Amino acid sequence: MAIFGLWVINKAGGLVYQRNFAEGLAQLTSNEHLVLAGTLHGIHAITSRLSPIGSSSGAHVIEAETFKMTILLTATGTKFVLITSIAEPSANTVLQKVYEAYADAVMKNPFHTPEMPIRTEGFDTRITALIGSGHT
Amino acid sequence: MSAYAQPHPRFSVLSSSSLSSAELLSPTNSSGRFSLPSAPSVTTTTGTPKPLSRPNIYDRPLNKTRTAEVSAASFAFLFSEVVQYMQKRVSGINDLERRLNTLGYRLGTRVLELMIWRSEFASKTPKREIRFLPALMSIHTNVWRAVFGKPADAIEKSVENEDEYMIIDNDPVVTRNISIPRDMSQLSCSSFTAGIVEAVLDGLGFPARVTAHNTPNETFPQRTTILIKLEKSVLEREELFK
Repeated sequence: MAIFGLWVINKAGGLVYQRNFAEGLAQLTSNEHLVLAGTLHGIHAITSRLSPIGSSSGAHVIEAETFKMTILLTATGTKFVLITSIAEPSANTVLQKVYEAYADAVMKNPFHTPEMPIRTEGFDTRITALIGSGHT
Repeated sequence: MSAYAQPHPRFSVLSSSSLSSAELLSPTNSSGRFSLPSAPSVTTTTGTPKPLSRPNIYDRPLNKTRTAEVSAASFAFLFSEVVQYMQKRVSGINDLERRLNTLGYRLGTRVLELMIWRSEFASKTPKREIRFLPALMSIHTNVWRAVFGKPADAIEKSVENEDEYMIIDNDPVVTRNISIPRDMSQLSCSSFTAGIVEAVLDGLGFPARVTAHNTPNETFPQRTTILIKLEKSVLEREELFK
């Protein structure tokens, strides 16, 4: 059980925050992260339209052999993606708390520009307290 | 997602209180407020208030403090917008702090009036603080509690300058969610609080210059010092009291 990484994707599909917490993920450049986040945004848009009956909020969990991605879509279109081991049970609660930290430390900070990369010290601190320190 | 569908509990509180206050609101009184000869149209429109209209904020009881609290989140968003708005219109950090101070000053004059009214209106022997230290204590405790819901954390007297006093807040409500970018590290948004303190001191007759400074430490990264630099006349008067 481990939490590997966190992404925050803005409503246009841009990666605004990315952080790794544990060894285990492939080392990627920031450019590759951006591309992956954009791709996930597209996949999510497709899954939200595939629902056979009624509307759908899209993919919640994407599971692979060695890890899973849990996606939280907010009312404003911002997506929080948590990359964890398959057995990790707390992914959803952690994502809710990340959303809370985002609302507090990012959206209420006058020095943050919406839809732009998050460079807010307070958010980093809150995430560290929540998930634990990691690498970059 | 179901969490968003259901309305916030506070809304129901608001609507029920609006009903009860609407009953208290006497129509004859409220029309009397507007009986200016130059504005007869106002009198006719407000003469028949709708039963479900929101209660006038000015008609709420002033000494009810428990229900008069506002949402800290709403305030945080409002204050964030205030800072963003000002930031577009200033030439530098000093200018921004000065503007925040001015805004706080406008609030402070009202806070002082309200607090004195709340504490002295029922008193048979109303009094006014004329010595500086009790006044400072009352700012530390009463003003902070009225505005932020908790007393400040410490009062200190400057060792080097006898006209300087400090109020210390370990986790100021106003700047709790604000992260100052590195290139503006001198800025303290608590200048707003400094403005409040300056207005209260001014109103009590202790003219001073009040500024805010970031003084973080290990346990409290948001720790803020409100520095009060008293005018000479205040110190001279304090000497006479001795």
